[in-house]
Amino acid sequence: MRTLIFRTAAPFITALMLLLSVFVLLRGHNDPGGGFIGGLIAVAAFAVQGIAFGVPVVRRAIYFHPMAIAGSGLLLAALSGVLSYAFAVPYLSGLWSAPSLFGVTVDVSTVLFFDIGVYLVVVGGITSIALSLEEREDG
Amino acid sequence: MQRGTFLTFIVLLLPLLGAALAPLLTRWAGGKAGWLLAIVPSLVFLHFLGMLGMVSEGQPITGGFDWIPSLGVRFSWLLDGLSLTFALLISGIGTLILIYAGGYLDGHPQQGRFFSFILLFMGAMLGLVVSDSFLMLFVFWELTSITSFLLIGFDHEREASRRAALQALLVTGLGGLSLLAGLLVVTQATGFNDLSTLLGSGDALRSSPLYMAAFVLVLGGAFTKSAQFPFHFWLPNAMEAPTPVSAYLHSATMVKAGVYLLMRLNPVMGDTAAWETVLPLFGGTTLLVGTLLAVRQTDLKLMLAYTTVASLGLLVMLTGFGSELAVEAAVLYLIAHSLFKGALFMVAGLLDHETGTRDVTALGGLRKAMPITFAAALLAALSMGGLPLFFGFLAKEEIYAALGFGNGWAALATLVAVAGNSLMFAVAFAVALKPFIGAERKTPKQAHEGPVSLWLGPLVLALAGLLAGLASGWVHAGFSSPMASAVAGRAVEVTISTVPHIGMALLLSAVTVGLGIAAYLSLGTLRGGMAALLTTIGWGPDRGFDQFVRGMLHASVGVTRIVQNGRMDTYMTVTFVCVAAVLLVPMILFGEFPAVPVFPDLQLHEWAIILMAVIGIGAVVYAKSRLVAIVSLGIQGLAVALLFMLFGAPDLSFTQFMIETLSVVILALVMTRLRLALSDHRPLGQKLFDMSVAGLCGAGFGLLLLKVTQQPFNDALSQFFNAYSRTIAHGRNVVNVIIVDFRGFDTLGEIAVVMITGLAILALIRIRAKPDAGKAKEIGR
Repeated sequence: MRTLIFRTAAPFITALMLLLSVFVLLRGHNDPGGGFIGGLIAVAAFAVQGIAFGVPVVRRAIYFHPMAIAGSGLLLAALSGVLSYAFAVPYLSGLWSAPSLFGVTVDVSTVLFFDIGVYLVVVGGITSIALSLEEREDG
Repeated sequence: MQRGTFLTFIVLLLPLLGAALAPLLTRWAGGKAGWLLAIVPSLVFLHFLGMLGMVSEGQPITGGFDWIPSLGVRFSWLLDGLSLTFALLISGIGTLILIYAGGYLDGHPQQGRFFSFILLFMGAMLGLVVSDSFLMLFVFWELTSITSFLLIGFDHEREASRRAALQALLVTGLGGLSLLAGLLVVTQATGFNDLSTLLGSGDALRSSPLYMAAFVLVLGGAFTKSAQFPFHFWLPNAMEAPTPVSAYLHSATMVKAGVYLLMRLNPVMGDTAAWETVLPLFGGTTLLVGTLLAVRQTDLKLMLAYTTVASLGLLVMLTGFGSELAVEAAVLYLIAHSLFKGALFMVAGLLDHETGTRDVTALGGLRKAMPITFAAALLAALSMGGLPLFFGFLAKEEIYAALGFGNGWAALATLVAVAGNSLMFAVAFAVALKPFIGAERKTPKQAHEGPVSLWLGPLVLALAGLLAGLASGWVHAGFSSPMASAVAGRAVEVTISTVPHIGMALLLSAVTVGLGIAAYLSLGTLRGGMAALLTTIGWGPDRGFDQFVRGMLHASVGVTRIVQNGRMDTYMTVTFVCVAAVLLVPMILFGEFPAVPVFPDLQLHEWAIILMAVIGIGAVVYAKSRLVAIVSLGIQGLAVALLFMLFGAPDLSFTQFMIETLSVVILALVMTRLRLALSDHRPLGQKLFDMSVAGLCGAGFGLLLLKVTQQPFNDALSQFFNAYSRTIAHGRNVVNVIIVDFRGFDTLGEIAVVMITGLAILALIRIRAKPDAGKAKEIGR
C-alpha cells in the first residue's frame, strides 16, 4: 500500500478530509452533516494517514490518546446540558445566543457544543479501534 | 416540623459525610482522628436523644421526602420507641467504637479507610432502623451487608479474612434477596409499601392468603442476618475482622437487624401459630447450639461470638413467644446485651492488643497490670451473668417471669433458657475473670494498661449496664416501655426493678447462677467433651457452605463450557439461526405475509445502481479470496448509499458512505489480525447449511421490511419535527436537529455506548497482544 504516489498524496488527503469533517460538523444544523458524519470522516482521514505512514506517526500527530478524546467528548456533551439547570428548563434543552463578533452575528448554542461532543466521541472511539488494529498488522 | 424533618435528614447523612472526610482527617491526625470522628456519631446521638421525650410519651416522629414519586416510593422515616432505642444504641456505641478504633488501629497504614468503612456502616445501620418505606429498608439492609463485607475483609491480605467476608456476604446477601421478596409479597397482600401504614392495619396481613409466603421469606432475611441456626456459622467466622468491628457490628448492632425486623413486624405478623412455633423453635435451638459451641472455644473473641449467636437465639425465642412479658424480656435483654457484649468484645481486643494473645488458656494474673480493664470486664460480666443490681439481672428475671411453667411448651423453653443462660454465665466469667486472676503468665507482649482511648469504651458501656440497673425506673420510662409498646403493638409498661422479689423467677435466677458457677469450674472438662463430640459429628454448616460454593462453581463452569465454547463460528451460527427464527416463525404462525408488491417503474440510472448492488453481492459469494469478498461487500453498500441519495435522504446516504468505507478498512484489518486463511475451506455440507441460514435471514428481513412499508404510515412525528425544527430548534436540517436537540438524551446514551464499545474492543485487542497467556488463546480462537 505504501507506494510513492499514495505517500505523497496522503498528507493532502488527510488534511482536506479533516477540514471537511469540521466543515460538515459545523454546517450540520442546517444542511446535511453533523457530529456523527463529521466524526466518521475524520476517522477515515486518520486511517488513511495510518495506512500511508504507520500508526506511530498518527499517534504522535494527534498527541492525545484517542480514548481520552472520546472521553472528553462524552464529558462535553453531558456538560452542555447542565447549563439548562441555570435557566430552569429540562436537562439538555437547547439554549441559543447570537453574539456579534467583529460585526458578524454568530449563532452559539449548547446544541453546538453537544454536537462537538458527539464528534469527539466518534473520532476518539473509532480511531482508537482502527489504530489498534493497524498496529497489530505492523507488529 | 419542616425544620425538624430537614434536620433529621441531615443527621441521617452525617455518618456518610464523616466517611468521606475520614481518610483525609486520619492522614492529618493519625489515631487521634478517632476522637475527632467520634463527634459525628455523638451529634447523631444528641439529635435522637432530643426526641426521647416526645417518643416516650407514645408519639412516633415521622418525616421524609418523595424519592421516586412516579413509583410512590418515599425516603421516609418512622421513629418510635423501637427504632429510637436502636438509633441511640447505634450512635452511642458507635461513638465509643470510633474512639476505641483510633487507639486499636493506631499507626495502621489503612486506618483512614477503616474509619471510612465503619462510618459508612453506621450510616447504613441508622438508615435501616429508622426506615419507614419498604424500599428504603431493603436498600439500607443491603448496605449493611456490603459494609460488613468490607469490614470483615479489611485485613484483605489474609485468606481467612477474605473467605469470612465472602461467606458473610453470600449468607446475608441471600437473606437480603429473601427479604426483598418477602416485602414485595407483603405489599402484594396488603397494598401498603411502608411500615407506618402496615403497622396501623391490624389483621390485614395475618388474614391474607399470602401470609405464609411473606412469613417464610421475611424469616429468611431475619434468620440469616441474625445468625440463627443453621445460618449461624458466618458470625464466628466474621471474627476475622478487627476487634472494633466485632464489638460493633457483630455483637451490638448489625446482627440485631434481624431481631429488629422480627420485633418491627411482630404487631402485624406475630400472634399466629406459625410465628409462635417457628421462632421459639429456631431461637431455642440457636441458643443451645451457640452456648455449647462457645464452651468449646479458647479464643476470647470466638467464645464471645458464639455467646452472641446464643443471645440472638434467645431474643428470637422471646420475640416469638407471644406474651407481653416475653416482649418486655426481649427488649430488656436486647439493651443489656448491647451494653455488656460491646464492652466484653472491646476488653477482648484490649487484652489482645496489650498482651499479643487472646487465647484464654495462655492468659492469667493480669489484674495488677491492667486494673481498669479488669474493672470494666468484671462489671460487664456481672451484667452478662445476670447478677443483682445490673441491667442484665432485670432482663433475666423478666425472661423467667415471662416463660414460666404454664404448659409443657413454656416449661421446655424455660429449661432451654436456664441451660443457655448458665453456660453463658460460665463463658462470661471465663472471658472476664480468668485472664485476670491466678498466677501471672508470660505473654508475647509485656502486658500493661492500654491508653485511655482503649479502656474508655468498655468502661463506659459496663458502667452503663450498672447504672441502667440502678436507675431502672428512668430507663424503663425512657426506653424499655416505649420500645416494648412498639414491639407489642399496644401500650405496655415495664415495671421490673432491682429490688429482689421472692418468686419463681428469682429461684430460677439462683439456679442459673449455681449451674453457671459449676460450669465455670468444670470448663476444661466441658471443653474437652464438646471437642470430642464435634470431632465425632465431623460435619457442620460451615463445611457445608464450602461444599455448596464448590458445587456451584463446578456447575457454572460446566454450563459456561456449553454456552461459551469459544468458537466464533458457533456463536455466529446460533445468532443468525435465532434471528431467522424470530423473523420468520411469527410470520408463518400468524400468516402475516406481506402482499406481493407492485413492481415500480425504474429509470435507467436506477437500474444501473441496482445492478451494481447485485454484482457486489454476487462477487461476495463467488470471491475466492476473503479480501475481495470484503471489498465487494463495500461496493454493494455504496450502491445502497447512492439509492438513499436519489430518494432524498442525504444525511443517511452521507453516513452510509462513511460507514461502508470504514467497514471495509476495519474488516480487512480484523481479517489480517485473525490470521484467517486467505480463501474459504469449508466442506460442502457446511457451506450448504450456512447458505440456507443466510438465505433465511435475508428472506426474513426482506419480508419484514415489505410488511412494514405496507402498514399505514403515521406521520404525526414527522409533521411535528418539520413544523418545529426551524421555529424552536433553530435548525433546517431535521435529521440533525432530532439527533442533537429533540432527542439529545438518546444521543447522549448512544455516544456513551460508542465510547464503552471502543474501550471493550481495545481491551480485547490488548489481551490478544500477549500470545504467551493461555487464556488469551482461548478467547481469540
